[in-house]
Amino acid sequence: MEYLSTLILIALSAALINNFVLHYFVGICPFIGVSRRVDMAFGMGCAVTFVISIAALLSWLLTYYVLREGAPLTVVLTRDPTVDLSILNYIVYIFVIASSVQFVEMYVRKYFKPLYKAFGVFLPLITTNCAILFACLEIMKHVSGVSDPAQMWGVLESLVMAASGGIGFTIAIVIMAGIREELDHCDVPKVLRGAGITLITAGILALAFMGFTGVDRGLQKVLQGRDKAAESAEAPDASAQTSRNWETGI
Amino acid sequence: MTEKGPTPLERFINGILPENPVYRQVLGMCPTLAVTNGMKAAMTMAAAVAFVLVCANILTSLIRNLLKPHLRILVFTLTIATFVTVADRIIAAYMYDMSKQLGPYIPLIIVNCIIICRCEVCASKQNVLTAATDALGQSLGFALALASIASVREILGSGSWFGIEVMPAGWPDWVVMVLPPGAFLTLGLLLGAANWIGELAARRRTTQGVA
Repeated sequence: MEYLSTLILIALSAALINNFVLHYFVGICPFIGVSRRVDMAFGMGCAVTFVISIAALLSWLLTYYVLREGAPLTVVLTRDPTVDLSILNYIVYIFVIASSVQFVEMYVRKYFKPLYKAFGVFLPLITTNCAILFACLEIMKHVSGVSDPAQMWGVLESLVMAASGGIGFTIAIVIMAGIREELDHCDVPKVLRGAGITLITAGILALAFMGFTGVDRGLQKVLQGRDKAAESAEAPDASAQTSRNWETGI
Repeated sequence: MTEKGPTPLERFINGILPENPVYRQVLGMCPTLAVTNGMKAAMTMAAAVAFVLVCANILTSLIRNLLKPHLRILVFTLTIATFVTVADRIIAAYMYDMSKQLGPYIPLIIVNCIIICRCEVCASKQNVLTAATDALGQSLGFALALASIASVREILGSGSWFGIEVMPAGWPDWVVMVLPPGAFLTLGLLLGAANWIGELAARRRTTQGVA
Protein backbone atom coordinates (compact mmCIF):
# COMPACT_ATOMS: atom_id res chain seq x y z
CA MET A 1 0.00 0.00 0.00
CA GLU A 2 2.80 2.34 0.98
CA TYR A 3 4.68 1.48 -2.24
CA LEU A 4 1.59 1.90 -4.42
CA SER A 5 0.80 5.30 -2.96
CA THR A 6 4.41 6.40 -3.56
CA LEU A 7 4.00 5.43 -7.21
CA ILE A 8 0.70 7.29 -7.50
CA LEU A 9 2.26 10.38 -5.96
CA ILE A 10 5.27 10.22 -8.32
CA ALA A 11 2.94 9.88 -11.31
CA LEU A 12 0.67 12.74 -10.26
CA SER A 13 3.61 14.96 -9.45
CA ALA A 14 5.30 14.38 -12.81
CA ALA A 15 2.15 14.66 -14.91
CA LEU A 16 0.31 17.58 -13.34
CA ILE A 17 1.83 19.32 -10.34
CA ASN A 18 5.36 19.67 -11.67
CA ASN A 19 4.37 19.46 -15.32
CA PHE A 20 7.48 19.08 -17.50
CA VAL A 21 6.56 21.93 -19.83
CA LEU A 22 4.78 24.37 -17.56
CA HIS A 23 6.85 23.94 -14.41
CA TYR A 24 10.31 22.79 -15.50
CA PHE A 25 10.29 24.43 -18.97
CA VAL A 26 11.63 21.36 -20.76
CA GLY A 27 10.36 20.46 -24.19
CA ILE A 28 9.47 24.06 -25.03
CA CYS A 29 10.71 23.79 -28.63
CA PRO A 30 8.08 21.23 -29.76
CA PHE A 31 5.57 22.89 -27.42
CA ILE A 32 5.84 26.05 -29.52
CA GLY A 33 6.75 24.46 -32.85
CA VAL A 34 4.31 21.54 -33.17
CA SER A 35 1.27 22.91 -31.31
CA ARG A 36 -0.49 24.34 -34.34
CA ARG A 37 -3.01 21.51 -34.75
CA VAL A 38 -4.48 19.11 -32.21
CA ASP A 39 -3.84 15.88 -34.15
CA MET A 40 -0.18 16.73 -34.76
CA ALA A 41 0.26 17.76 -31.14
CA PHE A 42 -1.24 14.46 -29.99
CA GLY A 43 1.08 12.53 -32.32
CA MET A 44 4.09 14.37 -30.96
CA GLY A 45 2.95 13.77 -27.37
CA CYS A 46 2.56 10.03 -27.98
CA ALA A 47 5.95 9.79 -29.67
CA VAL A 48 7.61 11.59 -26.75
CA THR A 49 5.86 9.40 -24.17
CA PHE A 50 6.97 6.30 -26.05
CA VAL A 51 10.62 7.32 -26.38
CA ILE A 52 10.85 8.78 -22.87
CA SER A 53 9.77 5.44 -21.35
CA ILE A 54 12.37 3.47 -23.32
CA ALA A 55 15.13 5.99 -22.58
CA ALA A 56 14.18 5.96 -18.89
CA LEU A 57 14.37 2.17 -18.71
CA LEU A 58 17.77 2.09 -20.43
CA SER A 59 19.24 4.93 -18.43
CA TRP A 60 18.03 3.44 -15.14
CA LEU A 61 19.69 0.13 -16.02
CA LEU A 62 22.93 1.86 -17.02
CA THR A 63 22.99 4.19 -14.01
CA TYR A 64 22.21 1.44 -11.54
CA TYR A 65 24.50 -1.28 -12.87
CA VAL A 66 27.36 0.64 -14.52
CA LEU A 67 27.61 4.36 -13.84
CA ARG A 68 26.95 5.09 -10.17
CA GLU A 69 29.58 4.89 -7.48
CA GLY A 70 29.97 1.25 -6.46
CA ALA A 71 27.83 0.00 -9.34
CA PRO A 72 27.85 -3.82 -9.29
CA LEU A 73 28.89 -4.45 -12.89
CA THR A 74 31.73 -1.92 -12.92
CA VAL A 75 33.07 -3.12 -9.57
CA VAL A 76 33.12 -6.73 -10.79
CA LEU A 77 34.89 -5.80 -14.01
CA THR A 78 37.51 -3.48 -12.53
CA ARG A 79 37.88 -5.23 -9.13
CA ASP A 80 38.01 -1.77 -7.55
CA PRO A 81 35.14 -0.94 -5.14
CA THR A 82 35.79 2.82 -5.24
CA VAL A 83 35.42 3.26 -8.99
CA ASP A 84 32.94 5.96 -10.01
CA LEU A 85 32.02 6.48 -13.64
CA SER A 86 29.45 9.22 -13.02
CA ILE A 87 31.54 11.75 -14.95
CA LEU A 88 30.42 9.91 -18.09
CA ASN A 89 26.72 10.31 -17.22
CA TYR A 90 25.78 13.03 -19.71
CA ILE A 91 27.61 11.50 -22.65
CA VAL A 92 26.07 8.09 -21.98
CA TYR A 93 22.56 9.52 -21.62
CA ILE A 94 22.68 11.49 -24.85
CA PHE A 95 24.03 8.43 -26.62
CA VAL A 96 21.23 6.27 -25.16
CA ILE A 97 18.61 8.80 -26.28
CA ALA A 98 19.99 9.18 -29.79
CA SER A 99 20.29 5.45 -30.34
CA SER A 100 16.91 4.59 -28.81
CA VAL A 101 15.25 7.15 -31.07
CA GLN A 102 17.04 5.55 -34.01
CA PHE A 103 16.00 2.01 -33.01
CA VAL A 104 12.41 2.98 -32.26
CA GLU A 105 12.20 4.60 -35.67
CA MET A 106 13.51 1.49 -37.46
CA TYR A 107 11.29 -0.87 -35.45
CA VAL A 108 8.15 1.18 -35.95
CA ARG A 109 8.87 1.57 -39.66
CA LYS A 110 9.24 -2.20 -40.09
CA TYR A 111 6.35 -3.49 -37.98
CA PHE A 112 3.84 -0.68 -37.52
CA LYS A 113 3.39 1.03 -40.88
CA PRO A 114 0.35 3.19 -39.95
CA LEU A 115 1.95 4.28 -36.69
CA TYR A 116 5.12 5.22 -38.58
CA LYS A 117 3.08 7.36 -40.93
CA ALA A 118 1.43 9.04 -37.95
CA PHE A 119 4.71 9.68 -36.08
CA GLY A 120 6.71 10.30 -39.24
CA VAL A 121 8.59 13.53 -38.98
CA PHE A 122 8.42 13.77 -35.20
CA LEU A 123 10.60 10.81 -34.31
CA PRO A 124 14.00 12.18 -35.40
CA LEU A 125 13.17 15.54 -33.80
CA ILE A 126 12.82 13.91 -30.41
CA THR A 127 16.57 13.37 -30.02
CA THR A 128 17.02 17.03 -29.18
CA ASN A 129 13.92 17.20 -26.97
CA CYS A 130 15.05 18.36 -23.55
CA ALA A 131 12.20 16.50 -21.83
CA ILE A 132 13.87 13.13 -22.47
CA LEU A 133 17.28 14.16 -21.18
CA PHE A 134 15.55 15.82 -18.23
CA ALA A 135 13.85 12.53 -17.32
CA CYS A 136 17.23 10.75 -17.48
CA LEU A 137 18.77 13.42 -15.22
CA GLU A 138 15.93 13.08 -12.71
CA ILE A 139 16.58 9.34 -12.60
CA MET A 140 20.30 10.01 -12.15
CA LYS A 141 19.49 12.33 -9.24
CA HIS A 142 17.38 9.68 -7.54
CA VAL A 143 19.72 6.76 -8.18
CA SER A 144 23.31 7.98 -7.88
CA GLY A 145 22.58 11.22 -6.02
CA VAL A 146 21.06 9.72 -2.86
CA SER A 147 23.15 8.53 0.05
CA ASP A 148 20.51 6.30 1.66
CA PRO A 149 19.97 3.09 -0.37
CA ALA A 150 16.39 2.85 0.92
CA GLN A 151 15.53 6.15 -0.80
CA MET A 152 16.96 5.01 -4.12
CA TRP A 153 14.48 4.73 -6.98
CA GLY A 154 13.87 1.29 -8.43
CA VAL A 155 13.14 0.61 -12.06
CA LEU A 156 9.38 0.90 -11.51
CA GLU A 157 9.55 4.36 -9.92
CA SER A 158 11.75 5.59 -12.77
CA LEU A 159 9.46 4.19 -15.43
CA VAL A 160 6.34 5.62 -13.79
CA MET A 161 7.97 9.04 -13.45
CA ALA A 162 9.10 9.11 -17.08
CA ALA A 163 5.86 7.80 -18.58
CA SER A 164 3.68 10.17 -16.59
CA GLY A 165 6.02 13.02 -17.44
CA GLY A 166 5.40 12.16 -21.08
CA ILE A 167 1.65 12.08 -20.46
CA GLY A 168 1.91 15.47 -18.78
CA PHE A 169 3.74 16.77 -21.85
CA THR A 170 0.94 15.37 -24.05
CA ILE A 171 -1.73 17.02 -21.90
CA ALA A 172 0.02 20.39 -22.04
CA ILE A 173 0.73 20.34 -25.78
CA VAL A 174 -2.82 19.18 -26.68
CA ILE A 175 -4.41 21.91 -24.55
CA MET A 176 -2.08 24.42 -26.18
CA ALA A 177 -2.95 23.20 -29.68
CA GLY A 178 -6.66 23.45 -28.88
CA ILE A 179 -6.23 27.04 -27.77
CA ARG A 180 -4.10 27.90 -30.80
CA GLU A 181 -6.71 26.51 -33.21
CA GLU A 182 -9.18 28.97 -31.67
CA LEU A 183 -6.59 31.76 -31.72
CA ASP A 184 -6.47 31.51 -35.51
CA HIS A 185 -9.86 33.22 -35.57
CA CYS A 186 -8.76 36.02 -33.25
CA ASP A 187 -7.33 39.40 -34.09
CA VAL A 188 -3.90 39.11 -32.46
CA PRO A 189 -1.63 42.19 -32.64
CA LYS A 190 0.75 41.68 -35.54
CA VAL A 191 3.97 41.83 -33.50
CA LEU A 192 2.77 39.13 -31.09
CA ARG A 193 1.73 36.63 -33.75
CA GLY A 194 3.49 33.26 -33.64
CA ALA A 195 5.79 32.68 -30.69
CA GLY A 196 4.78 35.79 -28.71
CA ILE A 197 1.11 35.00 -28.20
CA THR A 198 1.93 31.31 -27.71
CA LEU A 199 4.25 32.15 -24.82
CA ILE A 200 1.71 34.48 -23.22
CA THR A 201 -0.97 31.79 -23.52
CA ALA A 202 1.48 29.30 -22.00
CA GLY A 203 1.98 31.73 -19.11
CA ILE A 204 -1.75 31.78 -18.38
CA LEU A 205 -1.82 27.99 -18.72
CA ALA A 206 1.07 27.74 -16.25
CA LEU A 207 -0.91 29.92 -13.82
CA ALA A 208 -3.80 27.49 -14.16
CA PHE A 209 -1.52 24.50 -13.55
CA MET A 210 -0.20 26.18 -10.39
CA GLY A 211 -3.64 25.37 -9.00
CA PHE A 212 -2.44 21.77 -8.65
CA THR A 213 0.21 22.80 -6.13
CA GLY A 214 -0.38 21.04 -2.83
CA VAL A 215 -2.69 18.41 -4.28
CA ASP A 216 0.04 15.84 -3.64
CA ARG A 217 0.08 16.61 0.06
CA GLY A 218 -3.66 16.29 0.34
CA LEU A 219 -3.59 13.04 -1.54
CA GLN A 220 -0.71 11.77 0.59
CA LYS A 221 -2.81 12.38 3.68
CA VAL A 222 -5.73 10.47 2.20
CA LEU A 223 -3.63 7.56 0.91
CA GLN A 224 -1.45 7.14 3.95
CA GLY A 225 -4.06 8.44 6.35
CA ARG A 226 -4.18 5.49 8.68
CA ASP A 227 -0.40 5.17 9.11
CA LYS A 228 0.17 8.90 9.33
CA ALA A 229 -2.66 9.54 11.78
CA ALA A 230 -0.86 7.52 14.41
CA GLU A 231 2.46 9.22 13.65
CA SER A 232 1.14 12.79 13.71
CA ALA A 233 -0.57 12.12 17.05
CA GLU A 234 2.88 11.44 18.46
CA ALA A 235 4.62 14.38 16.80
CA PRO A 236 2.16 17.22 16.21
CA ASP A 237 4.89 19.89 16.08
CA ALA A 238 6.60 18.43 13.05
CA SER A 239 3.48 18.32 10.87
CA ALA A 240 2.45 21.83 11.91
CA GLN A 241 5.95 23.03 11.00
CA THR A 242 5.82 21.50 7.51
CA SER A 243 2.40 22.93 6.75
CA ARG A 244 3.55 26.39 7.84
CA ASN A 245 6.66 26.11 5.65
CA TRP A 246 4.51 25.12 2.76
CA GLU A 247 2.24 28.14 3.18
CA THR A 248 5.13 30.59 3.29
CA GLY A 249 6.72 28.81 0.33
CA ILE A 250 3.77 29.90 -1.76
CA MET B 1 35.86 25.04 -49.53
CA THR B 2 34.72 28.16 -47.73
CA GLU B 3 31.31 29.32 -48.85
CA LYS B 4 30.72 32.92 -49.69
CA GLY B 5 28.87 34.65 -46.95
CA PRO B 6 29.22 37.27 -44.25
CA THR B 7 32.77 38.03 -43.04
CA PRO B 8 33.74 36.94 -39.51
CA LEU B 9 33.15 40.46 -38.16
CA GLU B 10 29.71 40.66 -39.74
CA ARG B 11 28.82 37.29 -38.27
CA PHE B 12 29.92 38.52 -34.83
CA ILE B 13 27.70 41.61 -35.05
CA ASN B 14 24.80 39.65 -36.58
CA GLY B 15 24.70 37.32 -33.63
CA ILE B 16 24.25 40.11 -31.10
CA LEU B 17 21.13 41.84 -32.39
CA PRO B 18 20.03 41.29 -36.01
CA GLU B 19 20.04 37.49 -35.61
CA ASN B 20 19.67 37.33 -31.84
CA PRO B 21 19.27 33.64 -30.94
CA VAL B 22 16.40 34.22 -28.51
CA TYR B 23 14.42 37.12 -29.97
CA ARG B 24 14.97 36.53 -33.69
CA GLN B 25 15.52 32.79 -34.05
CA VAL B 26 13.46 31.72 -30.97
CA LEU B 27 16.04 29.06 -30.04
CA GLY B 28 17.28 27.83 -26.68
CA MET B 29 14.03 28.38 -24.83
CA CYS B 30 14.59 26.04 -21.84
CA PRO B 31 17.39 27.98 -20.13
CA THR B 32 15.88 31.28 -21.26
CA LEU B 33 12.75 30.55 -19.28
CA ALA B 34 14.10 28.43 -16.46
CA VAL B 35 17.08 30.30 -15.04
CA THR B 36 16.03 33.91 -15.52
CA ASN B 37 14.46 34.50 -12.12
CA GLY B 38 17.68 36.17 -10.97
CA MET B 39 20.56 37.94 -12.67
CA LYS B 40 23.29 35.83 -11.05
CA ALA B 41 21.85 32.53 -12.24
CA ALA B 42 21.16 33.95 -15.70
CA MET B 43 24.70 35.23 -16.14
CA THR B 44 26.24 31.95 -14.94
CA MET B 45 24.09 30.15 -17.46
CA ALA B 46 25.10 32.59 -20.22
CA ALA B 47 28.78 32.05 -19.40
CA ALA B 48 28.40 28.27 -19.45
CA VAL B 49 26.58 28.38 -22.80
CA ALA B 50 29.24 30.72 -24.22
CA PHE B 51 32.04 28.37 -23.13
CA VAL B 52 30.35 25.30 -24.62
CA LEU B 53 29.32 27.10 -27.81
CA VAL B 54 32.79 28.51 -28.53
CA CYS B 55 34.59 25.24 -27.76
CA ALA B 56 32.13 23.09 -29.70
CA ASN B 57 32.19 25.43 -32.69
CA ILE B 58 36.00 25.47 -32.81
CA LEU B 59 36.26 21.69 -32.52
CA THR B 60 33.53 21.07 -35.09
CA SER B 61 35.22 23.47 -37.47
CA LEU B 62 38.55 21.64 -37.03
CA ILE B 63 37.07 18.23 -37.82
CA ARG B 64 34.61 19.43 -40.48
CA ASN B 65 36.35 17.61 -43.35
CA LEU B 66 36.27 14.28 -41.52
CA LEU B 67 32.53 14.33 -40.83
CA LYS B 68 30.25 11.81 -42.52
CA PRO B 69 26.91 13.47 -43.35
CA HIS B 70 24.63 10.90 -41.72
CA LEU B 71 26.64 10.79 -38.50
CA ARG B 72 27.29 14.50 -38.08
CA ILE B 73 24.43 15.25 -35.67
CA LEU B 74 25.60 12.44 -33.38
CA VAL B 75 29.18 13.76 -33.50
CA PHE B 76 27.97 17.30 -32.70
CA THR B 77 25.94 16.04 -29.75
CA LEU B 78 28.81 14.00 -28.32
CA THR B 79 31.22 16.95 -28.72
CA ILE B 80 28.77 19.22 -26.95
CA ALA B 81 28.14 16.64 -24.20
CA THR B 82 31.88 16.47 -23.51
CA PHE B 83 32.24 20.22 -23.11
CA VAL B 84 29.07 20.42 -21.02
CA THR B 85 30.55 17.83 -18.65
CA VAL B 86 33.66 20.03 -18.34
CA ALA B 87 31.56 23.15 -17.67
CA ASP B 88 29.40 21.29 -15.17
CA ARG B 89 32.42 20.07 -13.18
CA ILE B 90 34.01 23.54 -13.17
CA ILE B 91 30.81 25.16 -11.87
CA ALA B 92 30.34 22.40 -9.27
CA ALA B 93 33.94 22.88 -8.09
CA TYR B 94 34.11 26.67 -7.84
CA MET B 95 30.46 27.81 -7.45
CA TYR B 96 28.82 25.01 -5.48
CA ASP B 97 25.67 26.94 -4.45
CA MET B 98 25.09 28.13 -8.01
CA SER B 99 25.52 24.58 -9.29
CA LYS B 100 22.84 23.41 -6.83
CA GLN B 101 20.53 26.23 -7.88
CA LEU B 102 20.90 25.62 -11.62
CA GLY B 103 20.49 21.87 -11.05
CA PRO B 104 19.52 19.98 -14.21
CA TYR B 105 19.67 23.03 -16.46
CA ILE B 106 23.47 22.89 -16.85
CA PRO B 107 23.41 19.36 -18.33
CA LEU B 108 20.39 20.40 -20.40
CA ILE B 109 22.73 22.71 -22.35
CA ILE B 110 23.54 19.54 -24.34
CA VAL B 111 20.15 19.69 -26.04
CA ASN B 112 20.13 23.48 -26.34
CA CYS B 113 19.14 24.11 -29.94
CA ILE B 114 21.39 27.18 -30.30
CA ILE B 115 24.58 25.13 -30.09
CA ILE B 116 23.53 22.34 -32.45
CA CYS B 117 22.15 24.95 -34.84
CA ARG B 118 25.45 26.91 -34.93
CA CYS B 119 27.47 23.70 -35.37
CA GLU B 120 25.25 22.66 -38.26
CA VAL B 121 24.79 26.02 -39.96
CA CYS B 122 28.18 27.59 -39.46
CA ALA B 123 30.98 25.55 -37.89
CA SER B 124 30.65 22.48 -40.11
CA LYS B 125 31.19 24.63 -43.21
CA GLN B 126 33.52 27.46 -42.19
CA ASN B 127 37.11 27.83 -41.03
CA VAL B 128 38.09 28.13 -37.38
CA LEU B 129 38.25 31.93 -37.19
CA THR B 130 34.80 32.38 -38.70
CA ALA B 131 33.32 29.68 -36.48
CA ALA B 132 34.86 31.18 -33.33
CA THR B 133 33.68 34.74 -34.00
CA ASP B 134 30.24 33.46 -34.95
CA ALA B 135 30.04 31.55 -31.67
CA LEU B 136 31.19 34.61 -29.70
CA GLY B 137 28.56 36.81 -31.35
CA GLN B 138 25.79 34.30 -30.77
CA SER B 139 26.72 33.81 -27.13
CA LEU B 140 26.86 37.56 -26.54
CA GLY B 141 23.41 37.85 -28.09
CA PHE B 142 22.18 35.03 -25.87
CA ALA B 143 23.69 36.70 -22.78
CA LEU B 144 21.97 40.00 -23.69
CA ALA B 145 18.63 38.26 -24.11
CA LEU B 146 18.99 36.43 -20.79
CA ALA B 147 20.02 39.68 -19.07
CA SER B 148 16.98 41.57 -20.38
CA ILE B 149 14.53 38.88 -19.24
CA ALA B 150 16.26 38.32 -15.91
CA SER B 151 16.34 42.08 -15.19
CA VAL B 152 12.60 42.44 -15.69
CA ARG B 153 11.82 39.34 -13.63
CA GLU B 154 14.22 40.02 -10.77
CA ILE B 155 13.40 43.73 -10.41
CA LEU B 156 9.63 43.18 -10.48
CA GLY B 157 9.66 39.86 -8.66
CA SER B 158 12.07 40.48 -5.80
CA GLY B 159 12.82 44.21 -6.04
CA SER B 160 16.54 43.64 -6.52
CA TRP B 161 19.14 43.39 -9.30
CA PHE B 162 22.14 41.10 -8.89
CA GLY B 163 20.91 40.73 -5.30
CA ILE B 164 21.18 44.52 -4.65
CA GLU B 165 17.97 46.23 -3.57
CA VAL B 166 16.91 48.70 -6.26
CA MET B 167 13.22 49.23 -5.63
CA PRO B 168 12.02 51.57 -2.83
CA ALA B 169 11.36 49.97 0.55
CA GLY B 170 7.89 48.52 0.81
CA TRP B 171 7.88 47.37 -2.83
CA PRO B 172 5.29 44.62 -2.98
CA ASP B 173 7.18 41.76 -4.65
CA TRP B 174 5.34 40.47 -7.69
CA VAL B 175 5.90 36.87 -6.66
CA VAL B 176 4.35 35.54 -9.86
CA MET B 177 7.25 37.00 -11.85
CA VAL B 178 9.80 34.66 -10.27
CA LEU B 179 7.44 31.68 -10.60
CA PRO B 180 7.03 29.77 -13.90
CA PRO B 181 4.08 31.81 -15.31
CA GLY B 182 6.12 35.02 -15.03
CA ALA B 183 8.80 33.54 -17.27
CA PHE B 184 6.34 32.79 -20.07
CA LEU B 185 4.59 36.17 -19.78
CA THR B 186 7.83 38.19 -19.69
CA LEU B 187 9.37 36.38 -22.65
CA GLY B 188 6.16 36.63 -24.67
CA LEU B 189 5.82 40.37 -24.09
CA LEU B 190 9.54 41.07 -24.66
CA LEU B 191 9.38 39.06 -27.89
CA GLY B 192 6.50 41.25 -29.00
CA ALA B 193 8.44 44.37 -28.04
CA ALA B 194 11.52 43.17 -29.97
CA ASN B 195 9.39 42.52 -33.06
CA TRP B 196 7.79 45.95 -32.72
CA ILE B 197 11.14 47.74 -32.47
CA GLY B 198 12.47 45.74 -35.41
CA GLU B 199 9.45 46.68 -37.49
CA LEU B 200 9.75 50.39 -36.61
CA ALA B 201 13.42 50.37 -37.58
CA ALA B 202 12.66 48.64 -40.88
CA ARG B 203 9.90 51.13 -41.67
CA ARG B 204 12.19 54.10 -40.94
CA ARG B 205 14.87 52.59 -43.20
CA THR B 206 12.45 52.21 -46.12
CA THR B 207 11.02 55.73 -45.76
CA GLN B 208 14.56 57.16 -45.67
CA GLY B 209 15.42 55.10 -48.73
CA VAL B 210 12.44 56.57 -50.62
CA ALA B 211 13.20 60.13 -49.54
